[in-house]
Amino acid sequence: MNEILQHKLSIEKSAPGRRGVRFEKTQKPASAYLPQNQLRKTAPNLPQLSEFDTVRHFTALSQQNYCLDAEFYPLGSCTMKYNPKAYDVLSALPGFTGAHPFAPQSAVQGTLKLAYELQELLKKITGLSAFTLQPAAGAHGELTGILTARAYHDAHNGQNRTEVIVPDTAHGTNPATANMAGYHVVNIQSAPNGCVDKAALKAALSEKTAVVMLTVPNTVGLFETDIEEIAEMVHAVGALLYMDGANFNALIGLAKPADFGVDIMHLNLHKTFAAPHGGGGPGSGPVGAAKHVAPYLPHPIVSCENGQYTLADHRPESKNRMKAFYGNMAVVIRGYCYLRQFDATTLKEIAENAILNANYVRACLKGKFNAFFDRTCMHECVLTPPDPHTTGVHTSDIAKRLLDYGFYAPTIYFPLIVPEALMIEPTETENKDMLDAFVAAMERIYDEIQTDPQVVKDAPHNQPVKRIDEVSAARQPNLRW
Amino acid sequence: MFTPNTPEDQQAMLAKIGAKDIQELLAQIPEKFLYPALDLPKALTEQELTAHVHELAAQNKPLKNFIGAGMYEHFIPAAVPALSSRGEFLTAYTPYQAEASQGTLQTIYEFQSCMCALLEMDVATASHYDGATAMTEAALAAVRITGRKQVVVSALLHPHYKEVLKTYTRHMGITVVEAPVTDKDVLDVAALKAQLGADTACFILQTPNFHGYLEDAQAVSSVVHSSGALLVAVVNPISLGVVQTPGAYDADFAVCEGQPLGNPLSFGGPGLGVMTAKKAYVRQLPGRMVGIAKDKDGQRAFVLTLQAREQHIRREKAASNICSNEALCALNAVIYLTLLGPQGLKEVAELNLERAHQLANLINQKSFHVKTFSPFFNEFVVTCPVPAAQVIQKLEEKGIAAGYDLGGSELLVCATEMRTEADLQAYANALGGI
Repeated sequence: MNEILQHKLSIEKSAPGRRGVRFEKTQKPASAYLPQNQLRKTAPNLPQLSEFDTVRHFTALSQQNYCLDAEFYPLGSCTMKYNPKAYDVLSALPGFTGAHPFAPQSAVQGTLKLAYELQELLKKITGLSAFTLQPAAGAHGELTGILTARAYHDAHNGQNRTEVIVPDTAHGTNPATANMAGYHVVNIQSAPNGCVDKAALKAALSEKTAVVMLTVPNTVGLFETDIEEIAEMVHAVGALLYMDGANFNALIGLAKPADFGVDIMHLNLHKTFAAPHGGGGPGSGPVGAAKHVAPYLPHPIVSCENGQYTLADHRPESKNRMKAFYGNMAVVIRGYCYLRQFDATTLKEIAENAILNANYVRACLKGKFNAFFDRTCMHECVLTPPDPHTTGVHTSDIAKRLLDYGFYAPTIYFPLIVPEALMIEPTETENKDMLDAFVAAMERIYDEIQTDPQVVKDAPHNQPVKRIDEVSAARQPNLRW
Repeated sequence: MFTPNTPEDQQAMLAKIGAKDIQELLAQIPEKFLYPALDLPKALTEQELTAHVHELAAQNKPLKNFIGAGMYEHFIPAAVPALSSRGEFLTAYTPYQAEASQGTLQTIYEFQSCMCALLEMDVATASHYDGATAMTEAALAAVRITGRKQVVVSALLHPHYKEVLKTYTRHMGITVVEAPVTDKDVLDVAALKAQLGADTACFILQTPNFHGYLEDAQAVSSVVHSSGALLVAVVNPISLGVVQTPGAYDADFAVCEGQPLGNPLSFGGPGLGVMTAKKAYVRQLPGRMVGIAKDKDGQRAFVLTLQAREQHIRREKAASNICSNEALCALNAVIYLTLLGPQGLKEVAELNLERAHQLANLINQKSFHVKTFSPFFNEFVVTCPVPAAQVIQKLEEKGIAAGYDLGGSELLVCATEMRTEADLQAYANALGGI
């Protein structure tokens, strides 16, 4: 698009009287139906564009985006794997998109059956007893899980359990979730090997502990080898073990969380199960529970009675509802499609190749960008750059320079325990050629850090805008036209 | 199938890693947990999957829809999905690297702007999960702002919204109480006034309320504010083409289910939580916001801003745990409103208003009665001579989804612009057969 028009807002391209859609004329004006005090006084300041203007505007905007379909996204903990096109088509079938949540249940058997079957498949791959598809995102799943734990404790004289233990490697959503559920957050430090410090955990556990939240594999890309012992410690004080399944792509088909002693977990259909991220949602965060906790999952859950699928469930223990309607079905359909394309033999290849790819990147970059914990990783590796105190080049600079080379940046400055962290998760859907190209770009940046650090510090150079001063946005926030 | 590494690739990669096989990389996982038995169905090819999922979709029965009750069937111009399904939007991640995400960021800025314009509010967030969770987070913000612990809601707040509110607040020492309504299915403002106390953080006003009737929002706003509480308004976004706005009656927070703006019903999800507020409360809002910044050359650019409220910075002290939102649904909404503009929005709202009133008049001439002719937008209550459940069942046989069963003889009926005058007549005729 023309450069002058390219950076304009829709409202700046607007002209009075232009429009993209018209509707049938009514016989009477609104004032014939509503009293004066109910009527809107001034027309909203919305853009006035033709349909063609609108199409050009949003097409031009789309072209100012990196996206997975075009670029490699090595974003740690985000599992940016390929989103198969068939699932987009199938999730948009009118039979699904036209279904009203309050339609007679006989009229929505297809949607209900699909949801039921996905619940069953998720039970099989995790070993848990029940799943709800209700939560709209991963963090929403966490809250669902912790409120489920709370309902469980309330029913088992656990009202005095006021604490949730969270390791310092956890995603920020974990402590924020525990706080939202009304719990006091107890943070524990990790051991020098990057895993849970069992002594610190033991010291933190008490009869006040309601839940221990663990991300498995954790956010430094390591499996908690002592998970079974940890689960026993948690259960010994009467607490529940919550598994944040954001990183389940490393385990799918390889191991079942229920076998470790996990009581509750969430999955991210927009990560492990190949649903697209949509620029920040909608996601879907199904929550599973072991048998003793299952009755306390929020209501409703799809059940099957005599071949009829229904959302009416009869679980008197269940008091919670997490959103107005059951689940993000457009995402749920994609998750179902994904799981139906694998069997037990092929499912494990996902995790195996995700782990292989991450270790390959780690091995290739060794000596230039070293792993913070120098050992075999799972599906992601956390690397650190050459010492910024010597080079003057920070992780944020490297991230921006990668954009110049046609790669989205890894997750940076997370986990918080790793200084200048570059968290890289290639996923299994990238091939070796792409990984080699990424490694070559990283090596080139490494060389630039030594020879021409300014080119890295000034990056990006070829994006629609230059390096943005993010602080300038917060100073006097301009959040709308 | 989805793993492109060939055996040769794998060998080369393992050699570089210094491992003899993939199993060596799995040594962290105790052996007893590895490779559990999985009883999964046969893996389907894309062709088989396509046939299978089409078959499931066909098991949903298309009915002429007269149900609203929180999710509304509206016309979606073809340009909306055509643009939002572009891979550049669909497969992008949350725009953390702003320089490579200007497209997504600008659409969010435009979405926020359109929401502020539509609701006549000062600020809007990038979106929330749905109307119920947006409303609940607004109530939580009101509790934080006022330091008060009681939330009063209308008895005619959507029942699922009430449940979500109670789920989120049950363990926070927050009490939720209901304000009564009159036999006209609108709030009893005098009774509300008596109910608001020194510990009331906010009143949640839904207008149109769950029964479709418009509240006297101005009067409600006065009594709420005179008690020192905040007003949280829950509205229908299409209605705002003709109906007074939350900004006009001085709401402190205004939220809505944004699905009617260019998003399909999709069995209720994904929804689109629209969250707006007065400027003074911007730092209490949950979730992402996009603002204008400058790049190094002084050029206008868009970034995620005010992130010090958010979980990845503040952890347990964050305003909310929300991370992913409903960005793609917000994109649908902003494309929809850009296509309609102020005139198109007014037209579609007028059409809803007219169709619903035409239907009400058709129904009211039979042994069925419209419960009350309090002002309504596109939805109203019908009192049936038989149980509503029976009406729903009878009309389903005629290919009509009759409405939402309010229990007993009351049926909540909705007509949007999607129902033609012939549809309205068919509905009335079908009732005549009962």
